[in-house]
Amino acid sequence: MTTLATRRQAAPGGSTTSRPARSGASSVGRPGFAWALPATIFFALFALVPLAAVAVLSFTSWSGLGDPEFVGFENWETLIADPVMLKSLWLSLLFIVLGVVTQTPLSILLGVWAAGNQRNRAILSAIYFIPLLLSSAAISVLWRALLDPNFGIPGQLSWLFGDGNLLGTQSGAIGVLIFVGMWQFTPFHTLIYQGAAKGIPTVLYQAAAIDGAGTMRQFFAITLPQLRNTAITSIILMVVGGLTTFETVLILTNGGPGTDTTITAFYMYQEAFQSFDFGVGSAIALVLVVVATLISLVVVKVSGYDKMNSSLEGL
Amino acid sequence: MKTRPNYAAGIGSFVWLLIVAIPLYVMISGTFQTREEFGDNGPLSFPSSFTLQNYADAITSGFGRYFLNTVVVTVGVVAIVLLLVPPLSYAIVRSRSRGASFVFRFFLLGLAIPAQAVIVPVFYLINAVGLYDNLLGIILPTAAFALPICTLILSGTMRDITGELYEAMAMDGASPARAFFRLVLPLSKGGISTIAVFSALQAWNGFLFPLILTQSESTRVVTLGLFNFQTQYGINIPGLLAAVTLSMVPVLLVYLFARRALVQGLMGAGGK
Repeated sequence: MTTLATRRQAAPGGSTTSRPARSGASSVGRPGFAWALPATIFFALFALVPLAAVAVLSFTSWSGLGDPEFVGFENWETLIADPVMLKSLWLSLLFIVLGVVTQTPLSILLGVWAAGNQRNRAILSAIYFIPLLLSSAAISVLWRALLDPNFGIPGQLSWLFGDGNLLGTQSGAIGVLIFVGMWQFTPFHTLIYQGAAKGIPTVLYQAAAIDGAGTMRQFFAITLPQLRNTAITSIILMVVGGLTTFETVLILTNGGPGTDTTITAFYMYQEAFQSFDFGVGSAIALVLVVVATLISLVVVKVSGYDKMNSSLEGL
Repeated sequence: MKTRPNYAAGIGSFVWLLIVAIPLYVMISGTFQTREEFGDNGPLSFPSSFTLQNYADAITSGFGRYFLNTVVVTVGVVAIVLLLVPPLSYAIVRSRSRGASFVFRFFLLGLAIPAQAVIVPVFYLINAVGLYDNLLGIILPTAAFALPICTLILSGTMRDITGELYEAMAMDGASPARAFFRLVLPLSKGGISTIAVFSALQAWNGFLFPLILTQSESTRVVTLGLFNFQTQYGINIPGLLAAVTLSMVPVLLVYLFARRALVQGLMGAGGK
């Protein structure tokens, strides 16, 4: 113990000379690379190898039986000429934009509001939290039941919902999916913003109040800028989540009416596991990976998030 | 500091309360009504009778079995995650080898891979090793896709262990393994419980892997059971709502008794 203390005291003076000795001494007790191997191999087997495989499979024809057969660019040509594929990309984009636009302001407002320490806010926050306890499948099944044209809420409130078949039109179906997404994910993002808003130093608000800034002014001048990094994290999660929405579409609309809510992730499932065209399915999957990565990179770039090493570490 | 009550925020939060609470109210109250009553009075009305028949129906229609399967999957996934992630995070935080920092970047990259993107090759792989329609076939990929976020969370926790503690261990001649079991694991309890809850939730709520990798009733998990119940008995809404409510109960129990761990597990990557 004494040697440790003396060495630490000596460090500021001769840090360059003491460094190699120190690392030499302490690497004795350090774990080797072998400690990381089991997890790395396991993850590579189920994520990285399949990622490479999906690229290969996109150049093959495979129905799930027998072996995949190499067909060159045929799947890609099919996809490029496929109007449903193009439509699915636009729909995915629409879903992402509408999801971000509806959930972000709501969760910022609720999060900042819930960060206040009045007692009623704690109780309401606990209720807001409940949708998080349900799985996506459970939420989709629940809303499908709630929106049932005959036995659901629209049937009972026909003065509000007309004939009650909300999922029968494209705009109705998209509206329902966006609304259910909001119901499902706003609590999560509210929690993120609530945590971040609680972390804003009260000194900032006190200083602003002394300068005569009102509640509104404080919100726009202090709260929002302080939540910027949180907003980026939250939006990336929304974008990736929106792009890969699956249960909700399958259970609530099954991609319909027609192909009017067939977003790309769902189209991939249909092509691969309903039409048993795994080659085309793999090609769509690859598009999905590329789009997901691009969007994340763009958000990170535009926001300047990549320059903040510490935040990335904490993510 | 605040002087006047914020009426706009109060009204807004009340409206959102209604939007959150009304569906939950229908979900719970519907389960205690008979089908006839629910159909006649509509979902929003107050129940005039009380029955537990819907829960009995849900359980006898197979949910007992589905719950058992989901429990097996959840336990399996948590076991794999707890076996693999702590040594990995330990190596990432403490190892001096270049491989370890490469591995960390590799897992960061893994965050960007959506499960859907690799589902076709995973389907192929699981078929090839003969695990199709086997619970183990769900467990393996589900655990693999929980690894990146769990690694991030636990590495964050382990970084907070100060170098002095390690040096004191090394001074006593402790091997890396001894430091891991005597120092790192006890001091990472918070992070370990977070990743346990996070991976348990992933397994409990998982849908895509079970949908694609299983088919028979004997391997059906709860989420698929709900989907199946809906397509088969979509007209029996109280029964369906009872099944949905049952699927929430275990998570609700964790919420009531280990709220902190659950919130952190739920937050996963978003929580920081």
